[in-house]
Amino acid sequence: MRKIYNYILDEKNHHFIIPAISIILGFLVGSIIMIFSGLNPLDMFSSIIRGVLGINLSKIGTGKAIFNARYLGEYFVFAMPIILTGLSVAFAFRTGLFNIGAEGQMIVGSFASVAVAILVPLPTVLLLPLVILAGALAGAIWGFVPGILKAKYNVHEVVVTIMMNYIALFMTNYYLKKLPGSTNSKTVAIVKGATLKSDFLSDITNHSRLNWGFILVIIAVFSFWYIIEKTTFGYELKAVGYNPDAAKYAGIKVNSRAALSMVIAGAYAGLGGTVLAIGTFGYGRVLPHAEGYGFTGIAVALVGGNTALGSLLGGLLFGSLNAAQPIMQSSGIPKDIAVIISSMIILFIAMQNGIKMLLKRLKGGK
Amino acid sequence: MKYVIEMLNITKEFPGIKANDNVTLQVVDGEIHALLGENGAGKSTLMSVLFGLYQPEEGKILIKGKEVDVKNPNVANEHGIGMVHQHFKLVHNFTVTENIILGLEPKKSFGRIDIETAAKKVAEISDKYGLSVDPYAKIEDITVGMQQRVEILKMLYRNAEILIFDEPTAVLTPQEIKELMRIMKELVKEGKSIILITHKLKEIKEVADRCSVLRRGKYIGTVDVESVSEEEMAEMMVGREVSFEVEKIPATPTDVVLKIENLNVLDSRKLPAVKNLNLEVKAGEVLCVAGIDGNGQSELIQAITGLKKIESGKILFEGKSIEHESIRNRTLLGIGHIPEDRHKHGLVLDFSVEQNFVLQNYFQEPYSVKGIIQPEAIRSYSEKLIEMFDVRSGQGSITEARSMSGGNQQKAIIAREIDRSPKLLIAAQPTRGLDVGAIEYIHERLISERDAGKAILLMSLEMEEVLNVSDRIAVIYEGEIVGILNASETDENEIGLMMSGAKRGKV
Ligand SMILES: Nc1ncnc2c1ncn2[C@@H]1O[C@H](COP(=O)(O)OP(=O)(O)OP(=O)(O)O)[C@@H](O)[C@H]1O
Ligand SMILES: [Mg+2]
Repeated sequence: MRKIYNYILDEKNHHFIIPAISIILGFLVGSIIMIFSGLNPLDMFSSIIRGVLGINLSKIGTGKAIFNARYLGEYFVFAMPIILTGLSVAFAFRTGLFNIGAEGQMIVGSFASVAVAILVPLPTVLLLPLVILAGALAGAIWGFVPGILKAKYNVHEVVVTIMMNYIALFMTNYYLKKLPGSTNSKTVAIVKGATLKSDFLSDITNHSRLNWGFILVIIAVFSFWYIIEKTTFGYELKAVGYNPDAAKYAGIKVNSRAALSMVIAGAYAGLGGTVLAIGTFGYGRVLPHAEGYGFTGIAVALVGGNTALGSLLGGLLFGSLNAAQPIMQSSGIPKDIAVIISSMIILFIAMQNGIKMLLKRLKGGK
Repeated sequence: MKYVIEMLNITKEFPGIKANDNVTLQVVDGEIHALLGENGAGKSTLMSVLFGLYQPEEGKILIKGKEVDVKNPNVANEHGIGMVHQHFKLVHNFTVTENIILGLEPKKSFGRIDIETAAKKVAEISDKYGLSVDPYAKIEDITVGMQQRVEILKMLYRNAEILIFDEPTAVLTPQEIKELMRIMKELVKEGKSIILITHKLKEIKEVADRCSVLRRGKYIGTVDVESVSEEEMAEMMVGREVSFEVEKIPATPTDVVLKIENLNVLDSRKLPAVKNLNLEVKAGEVLCVAGIDGNGQSELIQAITGLKKIESGKILFEGKSIEHESIRNRTLLGIGHIPEDRHKHGLVLDFSVEQNFVLQNYFQEPYSVKGIIQPEAIRSYSEKLIEMFDVRSGQGSITEARSMSGGNQQKAIIAREIDRSPKLLIAAQPTRGLDVGAIEYIHERLISERDAGKAILLMSLEMEEVLNVSDRIAVIYEGEIVGILNASETDENEIGLMMSGAKRGKV
């Protein structure tokens, strides 16, 4: 007990103790709100468990099937794109840039993948890699624009990325409808071989939309970690992020590094779009408005402390809240509770200095 | 004897180190009490404990005889303790008065701030102690020395009785230091007590009544300043004899390494800072650019290193013009730079010590191979530098630079730049914040670089350093070199006159 206590108070461990505390507090506030609204917080937790693990607690002892793998599969489907947008925001942040544009980078990534899949006449073995590459590349280009504007003319990346989000949404909607065979709301279905869909994965998860996209996610997480921690380039990015003046003194081209980090960030988000388009759906969708993956990505990066592993865990966390929403609703809990909890978690993380101070005081007070 | 402050048996630990190990400090009412110790001895830590920034693991604090639990700086303030940190904590686009009243603004009707009354009180206090601070001036427009006096005013406005100064003179010009000494004497005359941290023994001799010495976190003793010499104090603190004279043979300069022709550089407000400047530095000599702070020496150095763009003129390095080269290329050609502002340029504070050691050559073998960082090579290099330059910290190579003591941060930078043994080493205020033992070592290293045929361009505000280390002295005044002197043939007076523009010499 004493050991755990000391562990929590040790400053070295704060980088994950603080998100953990924030998450607990977030759920606590959500539960309190539910109690005040006459709802049972336990229902929410069982919804989350069902949404994530596929285990329906209320069926225990009824003799009916308790476990439904479909939920598990769909949970990963929810989590995958936001892990990628989370990586995108986190990567840019390591060089001190705030990438609000993951949303737009993702939208163009989706579009590029769909367009290549529909338009390029290639055997599917060759087409699939090209489709994936197109998504990452489109996202990268969408990240390059704010990156270069920042580097060359010192235009603030937040302003540019927000504009780029709108451009992405409206432009891709226009061109999606122009693709051969498109209706007003979606494109034709992409040939199966050029998608990430998998009968095998779908079958073992009771016909969920689980797909090979998770392999891309794992590669992305690993590459993030590898670039930042192992490469000379990563050393430069971190130096720029922590102290641009010292980086300049050391002869690092601060602007070009910043622009490059936006390119890579864009690629991660673009890949998120690819996974969504050719993994989850298998066709291009005309969106009435942005879906918020990019903004969830900001929360994911924040919870994950802008690291690779952190973004993965953050994505799984917010994915669980997302996955639980439909189940919550069907058991009479407004899904807004899940939104409140996500927001509270973000709020508590933003207040991390306060939490740190409390921990310090606990320690000093003995 | 009546003590205002008694810190008894204080122990404060950080990961890997006891920064204070059973330390006792007793301050007599109305005295100036100096706190002396090597870099990393635990002086700042002890003062942070007194000011409520850190909670000690053991020991107690008595203020005016009463035991007090100083939980945070507010408690310290309530008990009349004020502190001027080494890095000031002022809001730059606020006026002096606004900064001073921050947190306890006097109110008029409807909650409006009563600036006039506050400004009047500020002016009164300022007059009383001869601080000559304009209550309505903006912080960004006033000198560092003036900013420090604003910090002093801030303490006095809060009725502080016990004033802590952590290395207040490190950032001041000699004139400003004299002024600060006078103000401190004035303050104790009015019944205040002062704790002064400084590495400059001369200052202790001049103003302090008693002096407590720490060494590696332990309390060594307290002496009456009257009864000891500077040498004795230095020995007490380092544990061995320290020589103040720099031993060196006459320089044997050879080829011109750096040649500056008609250089013009603007300052950050776009006003001319360096005007048509010409200068030569030869291999095998230490040339010092001496001047009162703000006469263009910083801009000159930043122009040579590439941190600042030049307006016109030429900078020749070994005969090759480099004024349009990138910073990286200049480094690769053989220019090293100990920057003036260690937190801004010198270190990535969130990096570990070892990561900072390779800041200039992380991309070269053996530290990187084919774009991949080589942690083992960096580690062994780092261990070598730590050993050689005696860089002290809690956890050695993996210590975060931010958590090191100020002097050890400086030593880390110097180690990095000197060890690369560049053909031209530009050292701006290299020994700022270092203890006498470290200064001795750094000066020796600079001289041995010189003797190995390297060119050293020194920039220093410290008159003793200027005279002791350099071979030639180029006095800079309002962006121009107004005289070049041989260090062995001049003295403080002549240089002083030239620095103030009252005299010109041969260039
Ligand atoms: N916040 C911290 N975290 C970890 N270690 C620390 C921290 N602050 C200080 N230390 C360590 O404690 C020791 C004492 O540091 P301190 O700053 O008190 O030294 P100092 O006597 O003021 O030295 P200097 O003359 O260089 O300013 C150093 O070894 C330093 O590395
Ligand atoms: Mg200190």
